[in-house]
Amino acid sequence: MSARNRELLALVPVALLITAGFAAVFITRSNDVSDVSLIYGGYFLGLCLAAHLFLRFRLPNADPYLFALCALLAAVGLVVIYRIDDELAFDQASVFVLGLALFCATIVFLRDYTVLERYRYLIATAGILLLLGPYITRHQTNGAYLTIDFGPLSFQSAELAKICIVIFLASYLAEKRELLSVAARRFVGVTIPPLKHFGPLLVVWGAAMLMLVFIRDLGSSVMFFGAFLALLYVATGRISYVLAGLAMFALGSYFLGTQIEHVHERFEIWQDPFASNGPEGAGQIQQSLFEQADGGLFGQGLGESLLKLPGPFAPNCEQPFPDCGSILPAPHTDFIYAVITGELGLFGACGVIVIYALIAARGFKAAVMAPDGFSKLLATGLTTIFALQAFVIIGGVTTVIPLTGVTLPFVSFGGSSVVANMILLALLLLVSDRARRPRQVPL
Amino acid sequence: MNRPITRIYVLILLLFALLVYFTSKWAVFDSDELQAKTENRRPLIASQQIPRGSITTSDGVLIAESNPAGGGNHPVYIRDYPEEDPQTFSNPIGYSFIDAGQRGIEQSENDLLSGEKNEFASLIDELQSQQPEGADLTLTLDAEAQRLAVSLLEQAAASTAGSNGAGSVVAIEPSTGAVRVMASIPGYDANAVNDPGALKALNSDESSPLVNRPTQSRYQPGSTMKVVTAAAALDSGEFTPDSILSGRSPQEIGGVELSNAGGEQFGDIDMDTALTHSVNTYFAQVGEQLGTETMLDYMGRFGFDKDPELDYPDDQMIASGVVDSESGRLLDAGDAIDIGRVAIGQERLLVTPLQMAEVVAAVANDGKLMKPTFLQQAKDPDGRTIEELDPDEQDQVISSETAEQLTSMMTNVTEEGTAAGLTVQGISFAGKTGTAEINIEASTNRPWFLGFAPADDPQIAVAVMLETCTGCFGGEVAGPIATEIMENLLGG
Repeated sequence: MSARNRELLALVPVALLITAGFAAVFITRSNDVSDVSLIYGGYFLGLCLAAHLFLRFRLPNADPYLFALCALLAAVGLVVIYRIDDELAFDQASVFVLGLALFCATIVFLRDYTVLERYRYLIATAGILLLLGPYITRHQTNGAYLTIDFGPLSFQSAELAKICIVIFLASYLAEKRELLSVAARRFVGVTIPPLKHFGPLLVVWGAAMLMLVFIRDLGSSVMFFGAFLALLYVATGRISYVLAGLAMFALGSYFLGTQIEHVHERFEIWQDPFASNGPEGAGQIQQSLFEQADGGLFGQGLGESLLKLPGPFAPNCEQPFPDCGSILPAPHTDFIYAVITGELGLFGACGVIVIYALIAARGFKAAVMAPDGFSKLLATGLTTIFALQAFVIIGGVTTVIPLTGVTLPFVSFGGSSVVANMILLALLLLVSDRARRPRQVPL
Repeated sequence: MNRPITRIYVLILLLFALLVYFTSKWAVFDSDELQAKTENRRPLIASQQIPRGSITTSDGVLIAESNPAGGGNHPVYIRDYPEEDPQTFSNPIGYSFIDAGQRGIEQSENDLLSGEKNEFASLIDELQSQQPEGADLTLTLDAEAQRLAVSLLEQAAASTAGSNGAGSVVAIEPSTGAVRVMASIPGYDANAVNDPGALKALNSDESSPLVNRPTQSRYQPGSTMKVVTAAAALDSGEFTPDSILSGRSPQEIGGVELSNAGGEQFGDIDMDTALTHSVNTYFAQVGEQLGTETMLDYMGRFGFDKDPELDYPDDQMIASGVVDSESGRLLDAGDAIDIGRVAIGQERLLVTPLQMAEVVAAVANDGKLMKPTFLQQAKDPDGRTIEELDPDEQDQVISSETAEQLTSMMTNVTEEGTAAGLTVQGISFAGKTGTAEINIEASTNRPWFLGFAPADDPQIAVAVMLETCTGCFGGEVAGPIATEIMENLLGG
């Protein structure tokens, strides 16, 4: 069976999930959702099919499962968002149109993605400017600068910046990897690479980190750092660099944790979410844990858990649900994983984690199969940052690590996240298509 | 370059395994603990979305119901306590509100009221994916007698010199353990508790209106303890109603001189006479001769030294016994106890009014103590009875012969002793007065009365206590309240 036929077959579970999920929500919440809302699921499936046809035409050799797995995640997300609010599900399905457009544009315009190597400094600068954007426009959310506003639209710039930074790191390291592996000198048993080649890397990376300190987006900083270390390790094969990097990270976190109140609070809450006299923000994490506790093994069922504060207990506020009036804050974005655990149970939540693990497997497989260094590093970087993003937010919601607000890729509600991850997926598919293309036999 | 890539994948899988571990911790292993956290309002909110069952007294007065509020697709049911004088049932019914939480019977019977105990119905509801509905409860409480008890307590508190306005009444049906009256003043307006500010104010109110005194407060029992001492003396076989001891005053007890009330002198008297006139020195000697072990043994049989076996929240009940004032620990036979003074309700002995009601109820029921209970009947919304009062024996405390002898002695108390002058519909009834001296210089006393009626076929046992009065006696302040309540419950 050809790769694209396998992909089509793999889209069958997506269709089943969307159909069953929408039907279940529609039945349990028949009082709250409109009749037309059922077609949002069909709308989404149509988009999936369109994307599949496009891939059939443009990237016939690309990995057959990557797109289907991402569509599966998006389907889970859409069903849960539909359960939270049917209007939001329409918005989210519509965002996929934009995402798909950029997905196709990426594939069309970057058919030869190696051109990216040529513009790496430009891309790096763009990435850093993207990160700085919210700080310049002074738009603060929960103590962090996360979004750039364009009139009514707001854009989470770190989502796109992560791709820019990975492209830069991959191309730079692909070129300099040999030079970096050469030991310039050794100090206390640690190999110190030649500063000349390491310099630009540190400057760009350091700039990105500094921006993160300024804009206080800790979740993204963990992802960026993780991807940086992963790429450095793959490029040089030296574990000592990774260890040195981790040590730097530990120092950095300690410094941030003691110096910045907003960060310090997150650490305190993480250590004991139920501390008496704890910071006020602890309530979010408590609600997240309570929602998960209601899940058990199999969950309460879609639409069955308590989200909307009922009747007279809903607070008076202007914003519509779920921005206000939900017992679990941000159920459609940061805490969507808690909703999944609460309604689909431990099994449902593990299902989502397994999908991420499978996507990571396909992404790394593309990296392993890729013929050249840049492709390998690009696929590794994109896959790592994608998987780490899932880890950072799920880990935050389940208190594995302190909570930082990043979106759950393809699942959370939100335009920037969907758009950026569609571009990321397009790049992965491009790498994979090239890696799997049958070798042309010379005539 | 491929090997590091594989290693990174393994690392990512390990991180994901960590996520699975934590998710299973919260969703499954620590789930119950999280659901029980006080910060967790979910169970309470969920319970408010089900129409909570109503509460009715045994004489058919509705005292708690749930009314829909907010409307829309998500109505919430708000508790309403319709009783005109809000103090009447606030203790022991308590309240159930989203912010304030639950207290009292609303808390202890929550599973029934919220429908969680109704397995058959909830299975069907689940199939129809409907919310379960709570069961309607009928309590053993008698509304008329409860109202009378509260108003009598309030009158007594208002008309008695030195009263701090606090007191309690417990009336139990001896043969079943059914609690017919549990009154506690001061009370509060349970409807007002829905406002968090009001609850805060009640919590810091120095008169402790939220405390259900009959189960939650401990007091020196004074001479009412002589009922327990006499029961131990007779039932152990060491004494008979005719056993003679000296009643002169003072006598040395536990190395310290002890006097009779008012320094009254008695010669060599039998136990019957000693109980009739509540002679301290006689019963202190009885206590010393029985010894700590026997005394504590009988106290334990009456239910001392552990929480009452009442269907009531554990944190709103307290055990009676000899209490170490510093640590709050209940002392046992291994501790140094002046048992002679314990025998007359002094020393460090502290009891709840409910405990003393259980003592007289056991004597009234041929020595058999029934587990006290509030629940008469629970019916699911379809009218099926899902629970019903099933009298349950807690202990055969004393033999029926002992109980008979003690009843006769306690009847003498009401006919010619410290409670002479009190009447219950002109029939023969048993009683025992108590007057604990809590501040001798200010002559602040704590009046008590225990009784049951009719003496030959007891239908109701009662314990009455006022927290403070100046220079008064149990027979004159607590006694009339007890007799009026017994008359009311017998007359009905």
